[in-house]
Amino acid sequence: MSLLIENLHANVDGTEILKGLSLEIPKGEVHAIMGPNGSGKSTLSKVLAGHDDYEVTAGSATMDGENLFDLEVDERSRAGLFLAFQYPAEVPGVSNANFLRAARQARLPKGEEIDAVKFYHEMYEKMDVLEMDRKFTARAVNEGFSGGEKKRNEILQMMMLAPKYCLLDETDSGLDIDALKVVAKGVNAMRSPDRGFLVITHYQRLLDYIEPDYVHVMSDGKIVKSGDKSLALELEENGYDFLKEEVAA
Amino acid sequence: MSYDAEVIETDADTAEAIDIDRSKGDFTFPENHKFDAGVGLNKGTIDYICDVKKDADWIREFRHRALEVFESKPMPTNWATHDLDNIDFDKIRYYLSDGQAPKRSWDDVPPEVLETFERLGVPQSERAFLAGVEAQYDSEAAYSNMKEGLEKEGVIFVNSKEGLNEHEEIFRPWFGKVIPTGDNKFSALNSAVFSGGSFIYVPKGVKLKQPLQAYFRINSENFGQFERTLIIVDEDAELTYMEGCTAPKFETATLHSAVVEIVALKNAKVQYITVQNWSSNVFNLVTKRGMAHEGAEIRWIDCNIGSRLTMKYPGVVMKGEGARGEVISIALANDGQHQDTGAKMIHAANNTTSNVVSKSISVGEGRSTYRGQVHIPKHLKGCKNNTECDALLINSKSRTDTYPAITVRGNDHVTQHEASVSQVSEEMLFYMQQRGIGEAEAMSLAVNGFINDLVREFPMEYSVELKRLIELEMEGSVG
Repeated sequence: MSLLIENLHANVDGTEILKGLSLEIPKGEVHAIMGPNGSGKSTLSKVLAGHDDYEVTAGSATMDGENLFDLEVDERSRAGLFLAFQYPAEVPGVSNANFLRAARQARLPKGEEIDAVKFYHEMYEKMDVLEMDRKFTARAVNEGFSGGEKKRNEILQMMMLAPKYCLLDETDSGLDIDALKVVAKGVNAMRSPDRGFLVITHYQRLLDYIEPDYVHVMSDGKIVKSGDKSLALELEENGYDFLKEEVAA
Repeated sequence: MSYDAEVIETDADTAEAIDIDRSKGDFTFPENHKFDAGVGLNKGTIDYICDVKKDADWIREFRHRALEVFESKPMPTNWATHDLDNIDFDKIRYYLSDGQAPKRSWDDVPPEVLETFERLGVPQSERAFLAGVEAQYDSEAAYSNMKEGLEKEGVIFVNSKEGLNEHEEIFRPWFGKVIPTGDNKFSALNSAVFSGGSFIYVPKGVKLKQPLQAYFRINSENFGQFERTLIIVDEDAELTYMEGCTAPKFETATLHSAVVEIVALKNAKVQYITVQNWSSNVFNLVTKRGMAHEGAEIRWIDCNIGSRLTMKYPGVVMKGEGARGEVISIALANDGQHQDTGAKMIHAANNTTSNVVSKSISVGEGRSTYRGQVHIPKHLKGCKNNTECDALLINSKSRTDTYPAITVRGNDHVTQHEASVSQVSEEMLFYMQQRGIGEAEAMSLAVNGFINDLVREFPMEYSVELKRLIELEMEGSVG
């Protein structure tokens, strides 16, 4: 049982960004991908989620054996794939509560209705973990949210949708240390033998709070180095210069 | 949205009680007309209608004069769409009825008519939340009734024929005064052949807690429905009136051309709510205007979802000091539809206030047009107008136009005008879909979000219906 990516190639506007990326995230593990800007980290998450701008030219991605590329964006989500966006979109006029309800409702068989009372109880419980104000439920999705509020909201949605595999795209960007701790608390609360995580980040800092089992370094559309969490510290100390040296050698 | 509203939305009984959608309206029964004025319009048609209705002489004269005005006026295609030229006045039937007086009990209504209104949910709504209902089937009301007690308080709620014949002293002085026959070509047409509609009088100080509702149903092909409504709300009285409408989808064009006049006397409050869901073969050309006396308030809450072409610009003439006028409108134009809507605010006294909020959504090749007129003359003081119009485009082929005309003379006034055009972005859709929400549902959430602040202005029962109607429209709009 894993999220398995093999020899993945993908283009955007005719330019190849992913150039044969392979990676396996078994359930129960947290994998981090680090790498310099422009290495294709965010592209990977968008390709897996199914964004229209990206064209898969070769390779495969399966989730517990199911071919992701056979599924529409919303089907992938309902099958258990969640992407916490680096830049979440705003949905004016739609309250967070209604949005989450629509997402939960979409997971029920036709004709079955969400139990509104239970739904609110559950949402409030998770909001408490993330130290979110109750008034938040009535605000329009991400509209006028600070960077920190947007990221908390992503994690709240993740908690409410209980996915099998979570992709976190630069979730630490734009967060101060307190917000970062809260967000990490939410993610850690979700760690489980039934769930895999792929944490995409530019900085080691996030990994102090969300400890990965494995760290991968991405460069020019591929994984170029993998190791345990000590690799992240190494990168923090020495930067990505080693990539150039290795390429040169 | 508040927690209360969330819970209400899941109330299945409520949703069922007001369950009206396009597919539900698309059925028809065989015609059973004792009286049929035949196709085409001439003096003979007018006389036929007058004879059937046993109109008083002054009404007969009023109709004949109106026919002359109608014939003398050109189609307004110098500013409006040329689609109007596709109306063939010689092929329309102007009066159809079974010759029965409106019934006070649903039990007495002919079975096919009863079934029609039951399928549209009208008797169910009446039981649930209305103070009175009038249900019009083609040219005449089939059912008309008010809750007990209102009659004792002096409230009158009848059709135009009964209003003019039996309560002439109340209605005649105001009839055709807010909207004169010659206001436009279609108000003249209505004045010539009007039939049905609601005549309402609310006496001084009477405040109706529940709305009165009219439901307009077209059952017959090649037909024109021309109801006439006159609402008089006396000093310090209050009324909410709601109207709904549907028709089956015929191959040929159908015409609906109503005139609605409201008179709000000193400190009266009137709210007129429309949810228009005609089928996409209906030309819906309606003139609506209210006159607000001192301290009175008239609000038009207008929602246009159906029809082939709608032209409707509800207006308020603020005649007395401190009067207030408001138009809140939502228009949804899908493929093959043109919603040409707006508002007219005529300030005619000091310290009058008007507010216009219009939101339109264009889907596919749908087209929406906003036309607004605000008039504040030089000699007045302390007038205020706020106009906001926002358009949402769903596809690249959708179209929206805005024609605001704000005439403000004098220095002692405050006016504001804001307009915006936006699109449902791909990033927004991707975001919603990534949460597991299907494309059509995502689109409908985005659209409902866009109009959310206006939907709150509708009574709860109607806002639930509106959301459902929009969901249905969006389901059909994505491949």
